[in-house]
Amino acid sequence: MNTAACPITRGEADAVLRLARIGHSYLGRTVVDGVDLDVSRSEVVALVGPSGCGKSTLVHVAADVTSPTRGRVERRFDRQGMVFQDPRLLPWATALDNIAYPLALAGVARAARRERARAAAARVELAEEDLDKFPVELSGGMRQRTAIARALVVAPDFVFFDEPFTALDVALKRRMQDLVIAAASEARFSALFVTHDLAEAARIADRIVVMDTNGRGLVGERRLPGRPGTRDDAEVFRLVSGFLADDPLFRHVNDVDERRRA
Amino acid sequence: MSGRVEIGTATRIGRIGRFLWAGWAGVAALSLFAALWSAGHRAYGAFILPDPLATLLAVGRLFADERARGIALATGLRAIEGFALAALLGTILGLVAGYSAASLRLARPFVTLLLGVPPIAWIVLAMIWFGSTDATIVVTVVVAGLPLAFVGAAEGVATRDRGLDDMARAYGATALQRFLTLGLRHVAAHVFPALTVTLGSSFKVAVMAELLANTGGIGGALARARADLDVETATAWVLVAVAGLVVVEYGMLHPIRAELERWREAARPWGVKR
Repeated sequence: MNTAACPITRGEADAVLRLARIGHSYLGRTVVDGVDLDVSRSEVVALVGPSGCGKSTLVHVAADVTSPTRGRVERRFDRQGMVFQDPRLLPWATALDNIAYPLALAGVARAARRERARAAAARVELAEEDLDKFPVELSGGMRQRTAIARALVVAPDFVFFDEPFTALDVALKRRMQDLVIAAASEARFSALFVTHDLAEAARIADRIVVMDTNGRGLVGERRLPGRPGTRDDAEVFRLVSGFLADDPLFRHVNDVDERRRA
Repeated sequence: MSGRVEIGTATRIGRIGRFLWAGWAGVAALSLFAALWSAGHRAYGAFILPDPLATLLAVGRLFADERARGIALATGLRAIEGFALAALLGTILGLVAGYSAASLRLARPFVTLLLGVPPIAWIVLAMIWFGSTDATIVVTVVVAGLPLAFVGAAEGVATRDRGLDDMARAYGATALQRFLTLGLRHVAAHVFPALTVTLGSSFKVAVMAELLANTGGIGGALARARADLDVETATAWVLVAVAGLVVVEYGMLHPIRAELERWREAARPWGVKR
């Protein structure tokens, strides 16, 4: 096993999420192995890597959607939210009921959860008249807003993002990123944000960690200057072109091997 | 919040209105059918095909007759009892099989077997087992309807959106919560069309079983009409059986399905609602 060991920040006292030697196999095929990662309180970590390297699997393991085959996950937060690549809304429920779904699972009373869902919808700028619509009646952007509102409604301490804006067009993607940046700085939640778009990572994150092409651990990390939301386009552009031109860490980030895509 | 309730009520009233308005198409189709029937009556005479109006009057006489009402009620109750049992058992077994791949593999040959045996064979067996009783009819109806409900439920579970399951898991849903809020809801969309078919076959099989097993009900009345060569009464009973089925289907199954499929309705542009 050619585990690419690397000195990822470890042992921070305030780590709210700690992944220790995480490995995961599907039907005997190892997708992820030997991943160590700490995420601190209120820190947004972008996880980048080439397509099919197991980023998605890792974030699923971290969010307790999938159990790891090997290793240990420590979660020191109370409530988590998650935004997937596709919105994953219940097709038979209205936008409002979709946003309120996690509260329904938590057993919050109907009136209270509607009120909280409305507040969450307002935070992602969903119009009042759209809340009674079913997902089929909403545009792609509105659906993803609904999915973000659903993550925010639980007042999360930690939010997992699994390539949430890949399917959106450029302008919409920017607006969604701004929304996440604003929500993160306002609610002070920590986040693990999976993306293969370095510009997105450079806009949104405090720190970028890079996953090995074959899912064998993390190959390194770069801490970004300043807080997310304070970097303007010129700085994001400069960071990304610097990463791609001079930084060996990002050499394989844009590799695509379609056979490995799940 | 009241705004939402109003919207919900308004769409429901709109839906009922559209449903009733669609009744005109039904009336037109029935009139056409009656015209064809009447033409047949004129061509072949009252002995082969009685006059539609005379048949309707015969239906009216049946409704006036308390004993005849009892006969129709008996068949209706047997059919609905059998249907309810088939729907309940079939759905539960289908859910179990859907969630456990091994039992689905075991159950598939049974379903093929059950579907392959003609209902008439079950009637003979049930007559031997239960004699001329209600149980013969109900068992036959259950056996005829159960595989359909089973397949509907199992297919429903198999085609569920696992992405939604993962989403619910990310928000801490237990297996039971996922089943109740996602699984059942998805399965319902598959089971309902199957149940509509099952309900139709329940009435047909019940009448047939009654006729063969000589256990009264509409089937029994049909047997007597045949013995008396009373075509008018026989046709009248057929009309009663069909009317019973229509009432149960449109009065019970369709409203439930419309409520469950509000979101599908919403997906259609306003001009082409059916």
